[in-house]
Amino acid sequence: MIAFFQSSIFVNLAYIFASILFIFGLKMLSSAETAQKGNLVSASGMLIAILVTLAQNEIIAYEYLVIALIGGLIVGVLASSLVKMTSMPELVALFNGFGGIASLLVGVAEFINPSSTTLIQIIAISFTVLIGGITFSGSLVAFGKLSEIISGKPLILFGQRFVLSALLLVALLLVFELIISTGLLNISSQAILFILIGVTLILGVLLTAPIGGADMPVVIALLNSYSGLAASSAGFVINNNVLIVAGALVGASGLILTNIMCKAMNRSLSNVLFGGFGAATASSDGSGQIQGEVKPITAEDAYLILEAANSVLVVPGYGMAVSQAQHVVRELGELLEDNGCEVKYAIHPVAGRMPGHMNVLLAEANVSYDVLAEPDDVNPLMETVDVCIVIGANDVVNPDARENEGSPIYGMPVIEVDRAKTVFILKRSMAAGFAGIDNPLFLKENSRMLFGDAKDSISTLVSEFKS
Amino acid sequence: MESQALLVLLLFVLVLSIFLGFELINKVPSTLHTPLMSGANAISGITIVGALLASGGEGTFSSILVGTFAVFFASINVVGGYLVTNRMLKMFKKK
Repeated sequence: MIAFFQSSIFVNLAYIFASILFIFGLKMLSSAETAQKGNLVSASGMLIAILVTLAQNEIIAYEYLVIALIGGLIVGVLASSLVKMTSMPELVALFNGFGGIASLLVGVAEFINPSSTTLIQIIAISFTVLIGGITFSGSLVAFGKLSEIISGKPLILFGQRFVLSALLLVALLLVFELIISTGLLNISSQAILFILIGVTLILGVLLTAPIGGADMPVVIALLNSYSGLAASSAGFVINNNVLIVAGALVGASGLILTNIMCKAMNRSLSNVLFGGFGAATASSDGSGQIQGEVKPITAEDAYLILEAANSVLVVPGYGMAVSQAQHVVRELGELLEDNGCEVKYAIHPVAGRMPGHMNVLLAEANVSYDVLAEPDDVNPLMETVDVCIVIGANDVVNPDARENEGSPIYGMPVIEVDRAKTVFILKRSMAAGFAGIDNPLFLKENSRMLFGDAKDSISTLVSEFKS
Repeated sequence: MESQALLVLLLFVLVLSIFLGFELINKVPSTLHTPLMSGANAISGITIVGALLASGGEGTFSSILVGTFAVFFASINVVGGYLVTNRMLKMFKKK
């Protein structure tokens, strides 16, 4: 009986079954009703794959791997249960990086293991190390930027593109040398592999350092894709279908998300990766100086307008995450609804620091997901909205994207809040957004600025309603 | 199996899986983008299979050591990824 569970036919059938569970799990993740179950389906696929692998007779010693498994389990449980919802982008970036380094190490272990080195495996190992290394160090930089350990500003080094191209060329030459082994370098193949690892780690840093905070949703989605491709590539190293299938699914889903994010900013991927958007040049087009003046409003006056409103649209941005305002926002929304007002939330795909960031925060605050709308749903009805409340969002509501051809964000699909009857903009100061460009919305006739911390401002509104 | 035939087979699987992935994920509402991403990220921890074989299989001390570190990182990715996705999805409710 035990022999059957260790037979290669059983093991491979179990891997196929695990792949099927991954596919169903991902499918179910695409609808809010089934998503939680889908995640469990996918997790049971993973459990099956792990158990079957552990039972194989290829595994002869358990002491090391059990220690590593338990260690990983503890860290994983702690990290996932302790993290705040506002810190989710950092955690996702970090997990991406761990996936990347794990694939890289699988490649290295296979390489230094003397028993196995077919040509195909060496090619696969080179690719695994290349992608895994970039994923790892790139994710660490993204993690640093998101948790503000390092500056979120785009960091452009002198001759960045040249250095990048040169390093990429070096990496490819090293891969070539590993495969062909011309012996020209006169060092061992292991040394070449370690140099390659070093080069890929530097590449990952150079690729992510120039990308600014507001472009992080694109980067996280892309790194997500890379972590899948690294796993897929590791599948070629150990000739294992389940790695290839699962990795490819993740690679594809990451690419789709990357594409959605790029479209939402009306920019190409290469522009995001190499453009250094918002670095220095993006400030102004000089022509058509913006006319008008900033009209501040007090929370008390804002309350009077809200009290009379029949429909309110809330537009959250990264500022809501920074001030942790999601709970008071939900409270205000409920009070408005009790007052007979229709409340909706318009969420731009790139609002925040990762795809779906705002949705997660509002879900945490217990906002029903069917009142979360996308820009295309709310824009046609904007004229009927009495009050738009913009909370810490800037570039995604900038009318210049429609009106000013000279603007760096011209053509980007935005939430057209300026067409609402009244717009409240909750903002700490008059500083520019992450793209570093002016926002004429603040000067429009129907705009009112509610200065101060978003959470404090909304708390004041809430207490006005209650009194 | 002859290694060339095996390579072709594996490439075949790769290409079909990528297309399947595009079809599967194409219509995900933006509300679910974060859980989709972290759930997919947990799946990429499948590399743990290779890590377990490297850590527990035959090999030199150094290859086993490297494999053991791979198990550690991959299991954080798997466990943390699924748990945090579950935590997020629990919050998505319709009232």
